[in-house]
Amino acid sequence: MSTLRALAKAQAVAAGVAQPVATVRHVHLHERPLVLVPLALAGEANAPLAAMVGTAPDEARLLVVPQPRNRDQRFRFAAELAEVVLPYVDAHREVSEAVPVDRGRDVRYRYVDAPQVLVPNPAGITFLRLLGRSTRFRRPDGEHPVHPSVPLLGRWLTFFADRAEHPGASALLAMTDALTLHWATGQSAVEDLHLPALLGWIDPPPGTTGAEAAARAEDPGTHPPAGPATDPDFDNHRLAPAIAAYAEAEDDPDARAEAYATLESLLRDQLAPTWELMWRGVGLLRALPPGARVEGRWAGDRDAFTAHAEHVDAGGGPQPRRDGAVAAAVRLHRLERALTSYAVQRAYDDPLVMAEHRLTGEAFVGEVTLADPARVDDSGKRPVLRPRIQVVTTEPVLVPVGATLYSPARPGQKARVVFLHPADGKTEVVLELSGGMGRGLTAPPGSVPEVGERLCYTTLSDAYLPAGAFPAPEETPWTHGGPPVPAGAEAAGAATAGDAAGDPAPDGDPAEEWA
Amino acid sequence: MTSSEQRLDAIRGGVPPRRHNARTIAALTGNPGCVRRAVLDGAGVDKPKLAERIGFPARFGQSRFAITRGNAFEAQVKADGGAELLRLVAERLGVEPDERADWTDLGADDDLPERHARSRELLVAAAPTGADQPAALFDHPLLSLEVAGRRVHLEPDLVAARLAGRFHVVEIKSFPVIDGQADPAKVAAAATQSAVYVLALRELLAAAGHDPGLVSHEVVLICPRDFANRPVASLLDVRKQLLVLRRQLDRMARLDDLLASVPSDFTADLAADPATLAAALSRVEARYAPECLASCELAYFCRHEARGHTAALGRPVREALGGLATVAEVVALADGARTPDPEEAEAAALLRAAARLRAEALGVPA
Repeated sequence: MSTLRALAKAQAVAAGVAQPVATVRHVHLHERPLVLVPLALAGEANAPLAAMVGTAPDEARLLVVPQPRNRDQRFRFAAELAEVVLPYVDAHREVSEAVPVDRGRDVRYRYVDAPQVLVPNPAGITFLRLLGRSTRFRRPDGEHPVHPSVPLLGRWLTFFADRAEHPGASALLAMTDALTLHWATGQSAVEDLHLPALLGWIDPPPGTTGAEAAARAEDPGTHPPAGPATDPDFDNHRLAPAIAAYAEAEDDPDARAEAYATLESLLRDQLAPTWELMWRGVGLLRALPPGARVEGRWAGDRDAFTAHAEHVDAGGGPQPRRDGAVAAAVRLHRLERALTSYAVQRAYDDPLVMAEHRLTGEAFVGEVTLADPARVDDSGKRPVLRPRIQVVTTEPVLVPVGATLYSPARPGQKARVVFLHPADGKTEVVLELSGGMGRGLTAPPGSVPEVGERLCYTTLSDAYLPAGAFPAPEETPWTHGGPPVPAGAEAAGAATAGDAAGDPAPDGDPAEEWA
Repeated sequence: MTSSEQRLDAIRGGVPPRRHNARTIAALTGNPGCVRRAVLDGAGVDKPKLAERIGFPARFGQSRFAITRGNAFEAQVKADGGAELLRLVAERLGVEPDERADWTDLGADDDLPERHARSRELLVAAAPTGADQPAALFDHPLLSLEVAGRRVHLEPDLVAARLAGRFHVVEIKSFPVIDGQADPAKVAAAATQSAVYVLALRELLAAAGHDPGLVSHEVVLICPRDFANRPVASLLDVRKQLLVLRRQLDRMARLDDLLASVPSDFTADLAADPATLAAALSRVEARYAPECLASCELAYFCRHEARGHTAALGRPVREALGGLATVAEVVALADGARTPDPEEAEAAALLRAAARLRAEALGVPA
């Protein structure tokens, strides 16, 4: 927690309402996001109970599992969910754009838009990941056949859950995460996971403070939890009798229809308040202007979406249960790079985020007091343009002479610190500039900061981070388990090695049952 | 009755102390610095009732679906005289499973002292002497621990397995292990609870003159695997939990020291007036942290009391605010409305800078 964010939380307590910690929106928001509010049955391994899903506030579709312990009904739920999710995904596969690659020598294509799924909280993301895990290895044939859409749904849900791990990606977002990225409440991080309380702080009803609204939102009787876990009182006193009534009405179609209607209305009442909150959250986020680099990160989501769609089209297999050594290293590397670049991009896009870095001395803002835009360094083999500027700042400057700084105003330009002179609460910083000024010995207008310009300089660099080099999977070094062995042999090896789960074949066990 | 015991008795209002179980003892390891909690738990006060009485009821309901599923899974694993259980445990410990094992159910409906005596007698008699003994399983042994000077019986919820010359505590839990991974919070809770059993079992053997090391610090956790009902066994090393637990139990054993800091007329007598109770509680120091909400029945009261304190926002927030205790202090220092004390100077300067930067970025006057 940065001091700046912590102060915002203290200010939220004092003001009685959440305080902004961002001036722009750092997540992409789809025109028609697919909002999905899942509920799971307590005690079971990710057994779906109900879900409310749709792409507009007045287009909620309610899916219900009247007997959540029944395996066939669970897969029927998955097939029904696939009826909503798969057409939504496919709708984004109509238009492609050409993207130059290899310095313009070649092009590749990617879809101009990608699907976006919104769930209430991180537990909702876990629910989708596990639902994906439990469905993607299923088969439409064999001993326990499922509808062909079920394994496909599982692969897409796994795709979304994987994207949710990728810092800065927006293909699957938890509403509580998206909101706390932009607002600080007067409650703790644990309490922020409760969507009704979080929105109570951010957008309290007229006449109440955020603290009051959040306190009211903690009563599960009036504000059902945002799932996937249900309120135990609801389970014991309302859901259990309704499920029992449905089960007892087995032979009587009329009674069964009635019991189903009761169950449906109970679950609708539990889900509808969260549904409303989700769209209120969407509205709040939409009211923020998007950050300048959000579009670029969304292009990353579109790339990943295109790649996965092509993988599925080409008959590629479902995502493995666990990555191999090389795939795991590649994934970790990709996530680390994304994390670094996401932090930098948010700071570049948003002065309030940059302020956190200014507070820790990683960035400072000052005014240009001197500029020598025509300075040429001719000490080397050939003369090069190296303008110098002097920036005066009142902020602490913790960078040493020789450090390379960057400015969000001219991200392609490097500024090397050549001289630091602190005096009377001010610091004079002399910077030597390179890059972003063309190839000649005269800087084009505007490429060198002018006297009087107010600029931010920081150690954070948004420059391209080169990808690391990794061996092919068949060249996995012995230190990492050696090359993977074929599926059958691997199962035997894993069992003897005392592998935690004693994994069978990596494509999953089609006979594996839900409880 | 010692003076401490009399004092605790008075705090409870003369009613018998509430019974502990492994779950409540495990909960003691959270927030060890909280005097209010140590005193109330040491006295055996009925905290759920107390919280309700003062208008801040705890929310620790359990869904009947979860209970049903837990019981069904446990019954399934223990079926057949524990044959499947023995196979799982033996395989996980890497020993050759015996064809069959002695299965002793110590959970008969006798009264507690009798059951405890029987458990002790049989477990001591069965103390491991070498790897060549046949495997033996003891279901529902009734163990006991000394908590705050009182012997507390532990609700039976485990199997003690004698295998390869050692006792192992076996816990059966119904949360799933999917692709070798389980919910870390649930695993941590299971580990702490198992540690309570390990400790109790060790004390039982030590009291009979056996080596407490005969009880392994490796606990076998049995959970459903993936999305099915098939059980899978994993090993949990609970040495760390044992240390924490012992430390907290030692602390409660020295309750006299703690009681010295508690006002002499302190009461948690449920018959008392709610306002009196709340006033009495507020005179015993608590150390509220948001984590309490998940483990202590009194948390909502303490949270209410901690309103306006930085601790209520979580430890990371409090630390980032230079350890200042109240939100009012933070805001006053940040606004420059208050001159900082010398020891606050550094925190105040940082807060001033933070407030100025926030105001600048948001385009409002600082």
